[in-house]
Amino acid sequence: MGISRRTLITAAAAAATPLPRLAARAAAPTLKIGVLSDMSGPYRDIGGPTAVACVQQAIADFGDKGWTVDVVSGDHQNKPDVGTAIVARWYDREGVDLVIDCPNSAVGLAVANVAKEKNKAYINSNSASSLLTGKDCNANTIHWTYDTYMLGKSTGGAMVKAGGKTWFFITADYTFGHLLRDQTAMFVKAEGGKVLGNVNYPFPQTTDFSSYLVQAQASGAQVLGLANAGKDTVNSVKQAHEFGVNKKMRIAGLLVFLNDVHGMGLEIAQGLILTESFYWDMNDRTRAFTKRVLPRTPNNYPSMGQAGDYSGTLHFLKAVHDMGVPAAKKSGADIIARMKKIPTDDDAYGKAYIREDGRFMCPAYLFRVKTPAESKKPWDYYTLLGTTPAAEAFMSPKVEGCPLMKA
Amino acid sequence: MMMIFGKPAPLLFGQLLLGIVNGSFYAMLSLGLAVIFGILNIINFAHGALFMVGAFSAYLLLHWFGIGYWPALVLGPLAVGLFGAAIERVLLRPIRGLDPLYGLLLTFGLAEVLEGVFTNRFGSSGVTYSVPRLLRGTRDLGFMYLPNYHAFVVVAAIVVCLATWLVIEKTRLGAVLRAATENPAIVQALGIDVPRLVTLTFAGGVALAALAGVLAAPMYSVNPGMGSSYISIVFAVVVIGGMGSIGGAVFTGFLLGVVEGFTKVFYPPGAATVAFVVMVLVLLLRPAGLFGRSR
Repeated sequence: MGISRRTLITAAAAAATPLPRLAARAAAPTLKIGVLSDMSGPYRDIGGPTAVACVQQAIADFGDKGWTVDVVSGDHQNKPDVGTAIVARWYDREGVDLVIDCPNSAVGLAVANVAKEKNKAYINSNSASSLLTGKDCNANTIHWTYDTYMLGKSTGGAMVKAGGKTWFFITADYTFGHLLRDQTAMFVKAEGGKVLGNVNYPFPQTTDFSSYLVQAQASGAQVLGLANAGKDTVNSVKQAHEFGVNKKMRIAGLLVFLNDVHGMGLEIAQGLILTESFYWDMNDRTRAFTKRVLPRTPNNYPSMGQAGDYSGTLHFLKAVHDMGVPAAKKSGADIIARMKKIPTDDDAYGKAYIREDGRFMCPAYLFRVKTPAESKKPWDYYTLLGTTPAAEAFMSPKVEGCPLMKA
Repeated sequence: MMMIFGKPAPLLFGQLLLGIVNGSFYAMLSLGLAVIFGILNIINFAHGALFMVGAFSAYLLLHWFGIGYWPALVLGPLAVGLFGAAIERVLLRPIRGLDPLYGLLLTFGLAEVLEGVFTNRFGSSGVTYSVPRLLRGTRDLGFMYLPNYHAFVVVAAIVVCLATWLVIEKTRLGAVLRAATENPAIVQALGIDVPRLVTLTFAGGVALAALAGVLAAPMYSVNPGMGSSYISIVFAVVVIGGMGSIGGAVFTGFLLGVVEGFTKVFYPPGAATVAFVVMVLVLLLRPAGLFGRSR
């Protein structure tokens, strides 16, 4: 009973291919919302079950208006083909009216095309790519929460103004990382800074960043720009501390979520400068929202993407109520158009609006992560440093080249 | 500044050192895999997941019982090794003698279950585990800062690999083990309890994975996916080293760590694939692997 080498090699190849995972249940409701997220990988904590909890909270807060809303969820595994297959099935066969959440820009952009093709509604609240409201925009898609332009402008711009003139980037090697790096570099240069170097690391296989950190240190740059997200950010910041990179360079996490800070621990995360458009402890309304949703997600506080799921779902339901369920079910583009007409108002994001290109217009908040001594209660992590008003935080519609704006 | 291939020499020294650090983990993991494979003929796909469980064992010992790093270095592998023994007794024994693919599928499924359970409980970003007080701080080597803990891991890995090799090659227990692999029936006839030996070996291999996990806990964030990122590289290490060759696995582990380190300077996007390029080259030139005998 020998094992041939062929068997072992086949085994090694199979190791790289995870089993498909799917979480969906079927029912026959009046209205149906599909939460497409990363349920098992690096972005699970910033989307995942907490995203589902926020959507359910929005439905509960909206109340009973004489029609029911059902929620299904699916795991896109960070693969565009898996994501689009789930969404196509939802839209075509399972009567889903809205797809929401969707971290990972590669999947996020692919799903926007499916929504357009099937004329259904799509709210992306967890991808970063600004192309969703740029050249890839469409009448069926709204981009909630944040994008690469806003992150680059808020975090990048603030760091250069504070004296960090020379930069080195560590970049996740896919569409999101490249865009985030390029748009941040644009603001760095606009403020008179310089980019000294960059490494693209393989995504999502990388867990050891020490090599790249040593290269960053050797470049002599003042600021280390991390153009990555989720678990990758957690690992790179943690290892930057071990290798003393934080003693010589300032670290700019270009996309850091509350959940990532929680994963790093304050001992390591303290002093990090980052941008989010929602923080649970901002004001009475955000605290009230968080208090309501926590029983549904006890171990994980919502961060901006998940709060965006709440805000987006609530606004969607208002628009559907406004136009009537039968009319809403006919055309996704009509619901999205109605959502753009009425201003938004909810506990997570306060008063805001949606621009013609599908951009949800909210302010960007620049935060500094607290020291362990400053943190007084669980998840008490951020100090507000500054606010970029919505009109300045996002790319001007004239520049971004969305075809909807020309019409 | 001295330049080598257009890169500053200190940068390359740094990468060499980091390569050796990463190689330590490859070596320890492939060691356990090679022991289980070489002696029991089981392709243990759950090896990466058990490495992850090892890392979590350190975390859980601290948070449930207040037990620190140093005792965890012994208790973690012991606990996970016992778990390994249970796996062998309950799951692997009934399929012994069948096509090895059954064992492969079973351990693959087991890895998925373990990852799923830990993801459900701890989330995918995982938890943090601090470096023990004695090993905190960094050393300025002139060309780079090296955390003391990283240096400790390299030393620990070399000691563990050497000890394992000695046990298997130079002791009576090792000799019995190797004999049982060659011909279990005769060894059994000589009055040695072969099934128990099999259980012990599997538990030992699993404990090695868990020990690597405990060593890794303070270095990386302890998360449910940490094992799966290692497992395919480690399989490549075992194939390159020569299947079942213990010395080969250890040497290749360190070698691949260093090769990967240099790739990260000269062509970073290739860092994840270079191990497999080396595997293809080795198989073309030496089909039995660097240290393997052809079967």
